[in-house]
Amino acid sequence: MSELLQVHNLTVHFATEDGLVEAVDSVSFSVRPREILGVVGESGSGKSVTAHALLRLIRPPGRIVRGEIRFEGADLLALPEEQMGEVRGARIALVFQSPRTALNPVLTVGGQIARLYELHQHVSRAEAWRRTIEMLTLVGIAEPARRARQYAHQLSGGMCQRVMIAMAIASSPRLLIADEPTTGLDVSIAAQILDLLRGLGRRTGASIVLITHDLGLVAEACDRVAVMHAGQLVEIADVRTLFKRPLHPYTQALVRSIPRIDREVAMEPIPGAVPSLLAPAPGCRYADRCARVLPVCRLERPMLRAAEVNHEVACHAVEVDSGAAVR
Amino acid sequence: MPWPWRRLARNRLSFAALGAILVVTVAALLAPWLAPYDPDEPDAAAALASISVRHPLGTDLYGRDQLSRLIHAGRVDLLVALSATAIALTLGATLGAGAGYRGGWVDHLVMRGVDAVMAFPAFILALAITAALGNSTANVVAAIALTHVPIYTRLIRGEMLKARETEYAEAARTVGNRPHQIVLYHLFPNCVPPLIVQATLAMGFAILTVAALSFIGLGIQPPQSEWGQMTAEGAGYVVSGEWWLVLFPGLAIMLTVLAFNLVGDTLRDLLDPRMRGVR
Amino acid sequence: MGFGRYVLHRLLLVAPTLFGVTLISFTLVYVLPGNPALVKAGSLATPEHVAAIERQMGLDRPIHVQYWRYLTGLLRADLGESSSTGRPVLEDFRQRVPATLELTLASLLVAAAIGIPLGVLSAVHRDTALDHASRLLGVGGVAMPSFWTGLLLLYVFFYLLGVAPPPLGRIAADVRPPTRLTGLYVIDAALTGHGTALLSALHHLMLPALTLGFAVMAPLTRMVRATMLEILESDYVKAAWAAGLPRRRVIYGDALRNALIPVITLLGVIFGFLMAGNVVVEMVFAWPGLGHYAVTSLVTKDAGPIQSFVLFVAVMYVLVNLTVDLLYGLADPRIRLR
Repeated sequence: MSELLQVHNLTVHFATEDGLVEAVDSVSFSVRPREILGVVGESGSGKSVTAHALLRLIRPPGRIVRGEIRFEGADLLALPEEQMGEVRGARIALVFQSPRTALNPVLTVGGQIARLYELHQHVSRAEAWRRTIEMLTLVGIAEPARRARQYAHQLSGGMCQRVMIAMAIASSPRLLIADEPTTGLDVSIAAQILDLLRGLGRRTGASIVLITHDLGLVAEACDRVAVMHAGQLVEIADVRTLFKRPLHPYTQALVRSIPRIDREVAMEPIPGAVPSLLAPAPGCRYADRCARVLPVCRLERPMLRAAEVNHEVACHAVEVDSGAAVR
Repeated sequence: MPWPWRRLARNRLSFAALGAILVVTVAALLAPWLAPYDPDEPDAAAALASISVRHPLGTDLYGRDQLSRLIHAGRVDLLVALSATAIALTLGATLGAGAGYRGGWVDHLVMRGVDAVMAFPAFILALAITAALGNSTANVVAAIALTHVPIYTRLIRGEMLKARETEYAEAARTVGNRPHQIVLYHLFPNCVPPLIVQATLAMGFAILTVAALSFIGLGIQPPQSEWGQMTAEGAGYVVSGEWWLVLFPGLAIMLTVLAFNLVGDTLRDLLDPRMRGVR
Repeated sequence: MGFGRYVLHRLLLVAPTLFGVTLISFTLVYVLPGNPALVKAGSLATPEHVAAIERQMGLDRPIHVQYWRYLTGLLRADLGESSSTGRPVLEDFRQRVPATLELTLASLLVAAAIGIPLGVLSAVHRDTALDHASRLLGVGGVAMPSFWTGLLLLYVFFYLLGVAPPPLGRIAADVRPPTRLTGLYVIDAALTGHGTALLSALHHLMLPALTLGFAVMAPLTRMVRATMLEILESDYVKAAWAAGLPRRRVIYGDALRNALIPVITLLGVIFGFLMAGNVVVEMVFAWPGLGHYAVTSLVTKDAGPIQSFVLFVAVMYVLVNLTVDLLYGLADPRIRLR
């Protein structure tokens, strides 16, 4: 078991007023030690839900229907809640999507970090506060002692994001999940945040799962990339391969839609829209938008299979292409 | 907007409430024919009798049938609430529309007036006005209406302010419509849904107010019966065990107000999802 | 600083409102039928005598002069005289305010002690039987006239069960009231160690406080529930949970603390309901407070007490709302530190 995290057939459903939404459908992937895994997809592709499911943060009307999440030798989905509390924040940490709303508005930002030290590392309040200031310096906040006593609304967006990261790495987790860490930030600030994350990963040896819809970010920062569409994982490969030789029609379309400044190409938006996850049709959910759709695509869901080393795809057309050799 | 049948169907309670309101209204309208006895007719032999087949809701000190009195009293309560709400709505909407559309010192003056009126708890103000004007049904209606005006004024003014800035209004102006036309035909229709919701909820408050006023001796005077007043008459007997004189009028008040509140809440959910709080 | 401006802004808003309040309350009595001079002089007085009293009371002057006299009188704390008791209204008020205050505080306590936990539990255990029951209670409670609730409670607890005292006032007839320190019987009795008075006062306070408390509980419960639900769905609650804080602590620590802040603003509105409810509840239980005083004055068309009562309630309402606004500003760091 050289993998840090192994996810098998994770499925999450939400029971809404209008029916059952199948937000995540049999997603399987793994995260290796010291790697940065990117998870890309359009809005609504199930990226955030997957991230929340990893920490068992799904609450009614949501439900983890089935799956297995192996982390440090245990199946997280089988752990009692108390033990899960020891995993959250301490072994696996999640940096939320919009930093300002993820901070409690009536508590000082320092207080919110310090109490985590008290909780996970069982230190005194004074010691926790000292470590907090240290951590704030580490994540690049100027005047950390003053800032620690301030509230979320007094900090800029970039600073809030740094605070969130500080909260996440307070206990040196082995796995850090960053959900859209740069969305809504200035380009220059975003670059700084990205550098910060990468630096922290290198320092602590933690793996990072970087969730984003920005392919440029992925190309720059990630070692491997997983592509999600409508709750299904369609392709996973190391970053170079994914951009050079994307196999799944959706990935190909995504890569093609990136604007280029080095040569003139026609902009190619992906036709159609993400299908509704409410009582979805069986089979591949990309079928209605796919240029290479086959009759079997609408009947049977394609399984994730290895197309080459370190490159898995879930697509019937690709299987047909490669013939029987893949099996 | 597609009619949300699913939500409507699930709200059986609201349908029941609507039914209750219809029942009360019909009973009020048909009171003279529906009531088994003359509400003012005394019957010394059957004085202070508990519920029975002859007198399903019992009798009072003078032997008057409580059921008949209850039905007739319902007329008064509904009539007062309806008139007060109608007057408040008309007055308040006009003030609010004027203030919202004109802006400037008119708006300022109206809003200061609204603030001053809303500085009094509504019931206290209604009490003071009734005391000032004298004990009659008309005065109670006026008092309740006056305390409700600010609600509608604020509501319509808010809608006016929003609507005034829309391109819709701009278009109407450029075409040459005169101000009052714009207000009436173009801007007002937006205000109707929240008005209906507010008016329905206000009916409940109006009934509670007139009942409370009559209970303490203001407002509706005997021999005319009213639910609150009937409760007051029965209040003295609770300590000696004659419960029916207090239970039924109060129950009538509660069920009617409850019905209006439920219908109002449902209307609010249906007509304006924005207004809907967390359920 | 930002907060200083916030305070100043609130104070400035209060001034015209108070002015408008005095205007309205003066207008009301100016319209009151009946001649206050006649009431004061008595029905056997001669027309000359009545006219003399009219001049003395300034009733023959034009409106704006009378208003000016009224306003200056207010500032001198001169609220006129009660024709029925013959005493200055201020005196009557002083005697009766503690009774109303005691009832109001006790009712607020009842409403908060039951209403807030109910709202919180309702939100945490959403859509369970408890939630539905509490919402039903809320919807039903709002529709129940407070005088009816009081009378029903009397019937059940006094007549049927015999555990409540007869509705004759604040303390049993054969018990001596405690030495007057604050005027609140419960507090005074506790402070002076007067056991029988304490028990009797509590015993008599029970039903009125329950009645009035129940009447104002519904909006409180509803708001607590709505605020808690909103907060429970918020990102920061999820983030706290994701960081490893146990769920219980997140709910009853973070979420609750955040939820209680907006509830402060509701206290002003609740005060208004309490004052209105006081009038009715004091009548039902013969509680000798301001509400009772106002109603009995109304019957005798005694102008002084009514006007003063209405004015008093309005001014208190404005001041309480102001205080609540300022408290809220202090409690919420987003306003305190602009």
